[in-house]
Amino acid sequence: MDHIGILEGREKQIFEKKTGIEPSDIACETSSLSGSVSQRACVFCGSRVVLYPVADAIHIVHGPIGCAAYTWDIRGAVSSGPELHRLSFSTDLQEMDVIYGGEKKLYLSLIELIEQYKPKAAFIYSTCIVGLIGDDIDAVCKKVAAETGIPVLPVHSEGFKGTKKDGYKAACFALMKLIGTGSTEGISKQSINILGEFNLAGEAWIIRKYYERMGIEVVSTLTGDGRIDAVKRAHGASLNVVQCSGSMTSLAKDMEEKYGIPYIRVSYFGIEDMSKSLYDVALHFPDHPEIMEAAKQVVSEEVKKLYPELQKFKKALTGKKAAIYVGGAFKTFSLIKALRSIGMSVVLAGSQTGNKDDYRRLKEMCDEGTVIVDDSNPVELSKFILEKEADLLIGGVKERPIAFKLGIGFCDHNHERKIPLAGFVGMYNFALEVYQSVMSPVWQFAPRKGGNR
Amino acid sequence: MKHAKTATQNACKLCNPLGACLAFRGIENCVPFLHGSQGCATYIRRYLISHYKEPIDIASSNFHEESAVFGGSHNLQVGLKNVTAQYKPEVIGIATTCLSETIGDDVPMILREYKKTYRNGTPMPIMIHASTPSYQGSHIDGFHAAVRATVETLAEKGERQKLVNIFPNMVSPADLRYLKEILSDFRLPFMLLPDYSQTMDGGPWGEYHRIPPGGTPASAIVAAGSAEASIEFGSTLAASKSAAGYLEEAFGVPRHQLSLPIGIKESDKFFDLLETLTEQPRPEKYEDERRRLVDAYADGHKYVFEKKVIIYGEEDLVVAMTAFLREIGMMPVLCASGGKSGQLKQRLTELIPDLEEQGIKVREGVDFVDIEEEAKVLKPDFLIGNSKGYTMSRKNNIPLLRIGFPIHDRFGGQRAHHIGYRGTQELFDRIVNTVIEQRQNASSIGYTYM
Repeated sequence: MDHIGILEGREKQIFEKKTGIEPSDIACETSSLSGSVSQRACVFCGSRVVLYPVADAIHIVHGPIGCAAYTWDIRGAVSSGPELHRLSFSTDLQEMDVIYGGEKKLYLSLIELIEQYKPKAAFIYSTCIVGLIGDDIDAVCKKVAAETGIPVLPVHSEGFKGTKKDGYKAACFALMKLIGTGSTEGISKQSINILGEFNLAGEAWIIRKYYERMGIEVVSTLTGDGRIDAVKRAHGASLNVVQCSGSMTSLAKDMEEKYGIPYIRVSYFGIEDMSKSLYDVALHFPDHPEIMEAAKQVVSEEVKKLYPELQKFKKALTGKKAAIYVGGAFKTFSLIKALRSIGMSVVLAGSQTGNKDDYRRLKEMCDEGTVIVDDSNPVELSKFILEKEADLLIGGVKERPIAFKLGIGFCDHNHERKIPLAGFVGMYNFALEVYQSVMSPVWQFAPRKGGNR
Repeated sequence: MKHAKTATQNACKLCNPLGACLAFRGIENCVPFLHGSQGCATYIRRYLISHYKEPIDIASSNFHEESAVFGGSHNLQVGLKNVTAQYKPEVIGIATTCLSETIGDDVPMILREYKKTYRNGTPMPIMIHASTPSYQGSHIDGFHAAVRATVETLAEKGERQKLVNIFPNMVSPADLRYLKEILSDFRLPFMLLPDYSQTMDGGPWGEYHRIPPGGTPASAIVAAGSAEASIEFGSTLAASKSAAGYLEEAFGVPRHQLSLPIGIKESDKFFDLLETLTEQPRPEKYEDERRRLVDAYADGHKYVFEKKVIIYGEEDLVVAMTAFLREIGMMPVLCASGGKSGQLKQRLTELIPDLEEQGIKVREGVDFVDIEEEAKVLKPDFLIGNSKGYTMSRKNNIPLLRIGFPIHDRFGGQRAHHIGYRGTQELFDRIVNTVIEQRQNASSIGYTYM
């Protein structure tokens, strides 16, 4: 394959599926190369995305102002009640704090903010600088917790201490401290927690309803539309259902170890995976065949509504080509299937944080000629998008301008989306969005189409 | 409720490196490079993209634990090597972060070392280093630091030539284009820095550009030391921190500091200065723009008279906007900034001598919760500032007129004009329309002529 434009040291993070070539493992789970423009973020970002939707806690970023400013109300994670998560709090460390330490400022900030907002808990995120100046945030948190009577949880998310995945882990660690501290009284045996679902544009509500229609009790959603009290009693559920594999698998594993709660991995994107996520939960309760019956009922009702509506999109989109570059690899699997169901093929598939198993599975799933990338960058992405003549890119806000500059359609499948793409209704929205972008007549003026001159 | 005084809530500022990245985008063939964690580059890219809607590549030295312990020299050098290989830039604009500043990386020394190691006959990019620790100042300080560092690195002494340096401050790409149009119409050779009018607001691409076309060439910046004068927009910008200040000190290039030319009076000062420098009257086109603006003021004056406004944003923008609002008869009840130069009130008083008398409040170093509390008492008719005031605007049902940066919840922020007669015209039209819309919405009759 052509290596022009690919950074030395990155060749092993790229693979093109071709017959006759034995697939070697793609290199992944490494940190980004210095000097490459990675689409990844940092440890802090990982923690922040996982805990962000907890709506009745305050989230205080301990560090200079940037980290708090850039994550203020950044996601479409909605709440049915309190909205403390949409506020931005920072200790806004100044030079003197860096020299003399920021513990006092953190303490005062916490006391004031807790008094002002009366949250159910507080999460304290440490940023790069806190890791250097040696503030003992655990001690401050302990002190404040004792004085205020609410859980005050340190999240060790110094940006440079690992990758985004380590940030996920730090966030899960904080959640683990809450889980198990609430009463499990009255929780049904046929109950689950939904993990890794962040209620972007209300997606958790959609999913929760499907499960409730099956007679399943949802104890806690982590962390979409999250509430501290619900997190505290999450250990009362019989099963953990993990979506967004990257961020929450470690929590599921910890809960399995500590509370003996098994977990399954699911995805809510596309008809196939959405249906499977209902059946897989039903399979977990074999003594209750009525749950499986209800699951079949839900799927059948929803698909009956959805299928005819998708045909219009499929007709228009058949033969169009898509490139996918998203955060977690698990989402990529679903998107490939979802795109196929509306007639589209995938010419590029990649993720920021996939692991070896993910990429092996991707290789199996993908068509001949599909390029697979780990931790890519704009130069590479555009090179493949143009070479493979993609009509659509699916990614996040950082990928959006790449697509639009090159004159191809775009579907936002990241944390900032405002339209639910999960569930059966989400599949409709997804197809609609893809259709609206790919079929727009504006691309006729793009240089790649000759600019209509 | 007594409000917290320690924590910053809903900040009315951004961090230092962001401003530097934006400024570096205004140099031709330049890649901004952040010496720090990966997250800084990614967050800043995301933030800028949401306003400018352009791909913005910012490289990062991508610190790990070892770099934090043993220093970031290795990462910086590998990073520079990789960026050079992949982007083939003419210039790399390196800005530090809180991380690299705190561990005390000596960036100039690392750069010298790097040049020594990798100098093997092939031309090496010019490396500009701006010190931008996030725990000092805000994004606007990083912006000015990068502009000054660029000039410090590149400007050379030379025979005086008919050339004017323009340091426009953090204005929109549309403002930059307008500035260039004005200077060209005056037939005045100029060096505009930064110039991201094209890099942050350009056309479609047939292929991916590692670095978007546009920006001020390094070769043009070299000549800044031999210019006849520098014009710098910015009221609170100290000579010791500004590019024009450096050029005056190092090469004797006279520094003309004007406030951002918003409103007729301040725009007049800018055009007067251009007339003085070129010894010719302004082109008729600008007389026309000014006449149309005066006429519009007359047509719209009643809508805006004594309307109460809270204005917030970078200090220089606040100073200029306040002067403009006063000249059209509006009442800025609060002039607020997240910045903290210590000069905001002083500079405002220079342009608005009756500031105290009018009861105009001035507050530096505030966040949006502070502004919101003021708003509850001051009861403004609307807010003027960037998108980040939307949360309080919605909560308190006070309309928001969006100007400056960032505009994350409206379309076309990069194409909005603010400066000169044209920018003032656009602002005035938008202000009048805000009032009209408010009245129309509040009316039970629904007048179709307003």
